[in-house]
Amino acid sequence: MGGKTITRADLAEAVYRRLGLSRTESATMVEMVLDEICNSIVSGESVKLSSFGSFIVRQKGQRIGRNPKTGREVPIPPRRVTVFKPSNIMKKRINDELTGTGSSNSAAEN
Amino acid sequence: MIKSELVAKISERNPHLYQRDVEHIVNAVLEEVVSALSRGDRVELRGFGAFSVKNRPARIGRNPRTGEKVPVEEKFVPFFKTGKEMRERLNGKGS
Repeated sequence: MGGKTITRADLAEAVYRRLGLSRTESATMVEMVLDEICNSIVSGESVKLSSFGSFIVRQKGQRIGRNPKTGREVPIPPRRVTVFKPSNIMKKRINDELTGTGSSNSAAEN
Repeated sequence: MIKSELVAKISERNPHLYQRDVEHIVNAVLEEVVSALSRGDRVELRGFGAFSVKNRPARIGRNPRTGEKVPVEEKFVPFFKTGKEMRERLNGKGS
């Protein structure tokens, strides 16, 4: 099993291979996809991508936290956080491939 | 926002591309993330966030209704950690 880290460059490469845009334009498009998802989240609107998952924006209230090192109590101000909820399709595919329960391929081991 | 709206937004910024091509681009990006995760790889997108897979070892669970013990198999679950820049933008710092 993997252990590699995939970056923007790899996503751009995938777009380049599949669509035949130039490498530069592929990289720009990857950036735009991430940028638009990010803009929607930042504006407070959740993003639902079918068969992938949803990025949901949650509002958290103020609470009292603790500095784990000093034990001192510190207030954590109210804030917004993003949670990602993977789709069932994504969960199943990842779990099946990594546990080897999926009937099909354990393909592309390198 | 749903996927078709994301595609529409990106298409607006790229009048030289067909909407169909933009849809393929979005799908290629998402598919690459999922296939990396199903190989056990991490996907790190600076400023945006990082996708990884967490292992949940096998354990003995309980049927909450009957209290009966049931074995739960090992599983792998996808996880997303929000990037620093996005976290800061969400809370009004920066830009």
